[in-house]
Amino acid sequence: MTIDRISEEQKRWQNLVNQGKPDQFTTVSGIPVQIIYTPADIPDFDYLRDLGFPGEYPYTRGIRHNMYRGRIWTMRQFSGFGTAQDTNARYKFLLAHGETGLSVAFDFPTLYGRDSDDSMSKGEVGKCGVAVSSLEDMETLFEGIPLGEVSTSMTINGPAAVLWAFYIVTAEKQGVPSEKLRGTIQNDILKEYIAQKSWLFPPEPSLRIITDIMAFGAKHVPKWNTISISGYHIREAGSTAAQELAFTLKDGMTYVEAGIKAGLDVDTFAPRLSFFFNSHLDFFEEIAKFRAARRIWAREMRNTYHAKKPESWLLRFHTQTAGCTLTAQQPENNIVRTAFQALAAVLGGTQSLHTNSMDETWALPTEKAVLIALRTQQLIAEEAGVVNCIDPLGGSYYVEALTNKLEEQAYEYFQKIDALGGMVKAIEQGYPQREIAEAAYRYQRAVDEGRRVVVGVNKYLLEGEKLEIPILKIDPRVEQEQCERLRRLRQRRDNARVHRALDDLKSACAGKDNVMYPILAAVRAYATLGEICGAMKEVFGTYAEPPMF
Amino acid sequence: MKKLRILIAKPGLDGHDRGAKVVARALRDAGFEVIYTGLHQTPEMIAEAAIQEDVDAVGLSILSGAHMTLFPEVMRLLKEKGAPDILVFGGGIIPKEDMEELYKIGCGRLFGPGTPTPEIIDYLKEKFPDRC
Amino acid sequence: MSALTIEELLARFHTGDRRACAQIISLVENDFPMAQELLTQLHPLMGRAYRIGITGPPGAGKSTLVEKLTQYLRRENFTVGVVAVDPTSPFSGGAVLGDRVRMSSLFTDPEVYIRSMATRGSLGGLARCTKEVCDVLDAFGKQYIIIETVGVGQMELDIAEAADSTVVVLVPESGDSIQALKAGLMEIGEIYCVNKSDREGADRMVLEIETVLELRPKNNTWVPPVIKTSALTGAGIVELYQQIITHRQHQEQSDVLSRRRYQALRQEIRRLIEEKITSNFWQNPGVNQELEQLLIQVASRRLSPYQAADRLINQFWKGG
Repeated sequence: MTIDRISEEQKRWQNLVNQGKPDQFTTVSGIPVQIIYTPADIPDFDYLRDLGFPGEYPYTRGIRHNMYRGRIWTMRQFSGFGTAQDTNARYKFLLAHGETGLSVAFDFPTLYGRDSDDSMSKGEVGKCGVAVSSLEDMETLFEGIPLGEVSTSMTINGPAAVLWAFYIVTAEKQGVPSEKLRGTIQNDILKEYIAQKSWLFPPEPSLRIITDIMAFGAKHVPKWNTISISGYHIREAGSTAAQELAFTLKDGMTYVEAGIKAGLDVDTFAPRLSFFFNSHLDFFEEIAKFRAARRIWAREMRNTYHAKKPESWLLRFHTQTAGCTLTAQQPENNIVRTAFQALAAVLGGTQSLHTNSMDETWALPTEKAVLIALRTQQLIAEEAGVVNCIDPLGGSYYVEALTNKLEEQAYEYFQKIDALGGMVKAIEQGYPQREIAEAAYRYQRAVDEGRRVVVGVNKYLLEGEKLEIPILKIDPRVEQEQCERLRRLRQRRDNARVHRALDDLKSACAGKDNVMYPILAAVRAYATLGEICGAMKEVFGTYAEPPMF
Repeated sequence: MKKLRILIAKPGLDGHDRGAKVVARALRDAGFEVIYTGLHQTPEMIAEAAIQEDVDAVGLSILSGAHMTLFPEVMRLLKEKGAPDILVFGGGIIPKEDMEELYKIGCGRLFGPGTPTPEIIDYLKEKFPDRC
Repeated sequence: MSALTIEELLARFHTGDRRACAQIISLVENDFPMAQELLTQLHPLMGRAYRIGITGPPGAGKSTLVEKLTQYLRRENFTVGVVAVDPTSPFSGGAVLGDRVRMSSLFTDPEVYIRSMATRGSLGGLARCTKEVCDVLDAFGKQYIIIETVGVGQMELDIAEAADSTVVVLVPESGDSIQALKAGLMEIGEIYCVNKSDREGADRMVLEIETVLELRPKNNTWVPPVIKTSALTGAGIVELYQQIITHRQHQEQSDVLSRRRYQALRQEIRRLIEEKITSNFWQNPGVNQELEQLLIQVASRRLSPYQAADRLINQFWKGG
């Protein structure tokens, strides 16, 4: 059976079935899907070149030799709300129920480097994450949790250096040296400009801080992932799978270039770069996306950036199921959506996974909802048998064709971005932001016109639906309590020491010294997040989004 | 006939603007004039812009949980500045209980995630029948 | 809207009530009958503001430049009105007016008034009544009024008429030469800004512009300066301000300004007459039906369009 013969037969069969009518099925991102795939759809397929073996270049099938047989992915539920104390309780709950990694969700003021008592923090303290304004808050957050034994991911970007410093000093006080610490800070400022929009400083100083963090990490916190290059938020903002893939990897390459430009040897920081992807609705498209990501990254790191260590070539990633696909209507359906999105991430070979809770279109998760989300992962790991072999869908004609297609589309985007002068310039010109806004609009049009079905929203509605699940409420006293704590802290501490530390920090920012050291000094003096970021803003300025609609 | 003018704003620190942008475009496609203020607006900024632009309604998009502070504050400021008749409506992540509380103080319709945009357009057309 | 009276609106307007100003602008923008009387009553207060037109192709960073310029004017203690015009969608008749996004820092300054307008089908870069809206802000007491518009369509006529100084903002884009730009932009500018001047090609663009300006017919001895600005960093803003002041002084000293405004008022009266006559004509009962009748004959080549027009005019034109 040659490829040509199969191709002939396939065309014959397709004509029979389609009867001359055009094929109208696409993935959720708009990639056309044929009615069937055969070897003729991957004519140049070369197993050893395109797939290889897990744990070996090009890592398409997985980055570890034994994948889940050796170690199940980390079950890491993103959480945080209210005060550090409230969140500490939730972490203990999750750990007791089998979570294997921690993930901190900060409130908006913290994400923006503002203290809980800042004027712009009014009404926002503790509402969508935990409020952490000082070292004291961080100590409370991890009270009773041995930082030498867990790995912690912190979703923080603009002020990442400061929160990381809080964590490092908290561990220090627990007697855990920084060399032992394991975890991740998101610290991906490029995607903030593109999608999540919680930036602090303009692009240049932000990149400088990132390279400082990478250098500090390589030296003092070698087990820590200093960036989690993220596509999750890009996808949540409405992008297609190809855009998520392309923009994320391009951001990654930009960081690699920045590190090299700052004089770092690529092999000293590349192994500590990690990624964060979305797991969206289209089951096979997502699996293909993860596989394409690994293959592209390996190739670029080895051939373009000349990394020599295999650890620099492999793309490690965390996945979160797609929040934007959850519905407020019939929220129990979200449990099912999350389940098949989680399954896609597992079949795609993720290293770490967060599953959304069903009530997140209404509020932050209740204990019951987050438990179901955690159990979803445990059920997949223990009962479904999918962990028994690696990349079980490898070799599927459809999946391989889709993997190739996504890779092709990613490279098209790389070329467009290069033509604009690179990712930073592309962001300044609003290119990725526009692509995303258009994709989001097209998606909504498709939903509004009924071309895309959302169960419970435009099909299978429930008349007179009453919400019957409990909803988490944040105690309004949280804000007051936080303000009180800060007031007392500012009274207790040595303010002269704080002042000196902040001055030193400003000098370092204006010069070329690594900012992590003066930040740590300020943190140890109990300077607050707002004070430290304020000092840095004085030197670096703040960012104004380029006008683009 | 006066053209329908709507201000769409993102108050507070929340940076998720996918919904706000999609709604702004949908309203434009329905023939309305939309003034989009962008992110990180304080209630003061929103109320002042609403007055200067003489809008018929202000749409707030809030996904950060801070809605119980921000909606009432915008409404209060509009009243203070002599424009209690400007309709305040919105959307985002708002529990049903909180929606009821906000309706009690005179807030317009709140649209949760998944609301088809034609529903928002119909609502505004209904509220302002004498606009085009 | 119907509950508002002219007296009540004007009373509030004269106390500096921004809502009253906004409501009057809306009446003007939507062509309500009250508008004419309001504008008449406010006419004595007009003519005090200096109007700056800012135009240029999309993406030139005009809004950010307007923000920076306004901030500077405020530092010099001037009060400012900004009218930002964006195109109406020809398909839906709606518009997203997003210029305010770049001007956030000005929202709560009580001496800055920002109004966004959509072109609403007018062919130029300005809305039909942009000038009248500026008039209202003028009467409201704003010392400087900045009109921001996208440089497309027949904007060269519009903006030159509406503004006392016209600033054209351009950006260095790799590969593009200014020959590719709309010819009008190179003819109407009185001050040229090369924005985003930290980009590559800025200096080259300055030279290109200066070369083209050399070839422009020179009138009233004003040589348009070419300035490099960077709205993001603020570079060149002071220079832009100074050039505007210089241009203003130049026009005032040589009487150009008053002649220009005189001409603009003449144009305005002519335009109003034409609009009224046309509007009155088409309000004649039966004129539309008669037009339809004549149209059948024109389509079947029994009458020419000229003959049809003459017949309608003879039948319905009452004159005056």
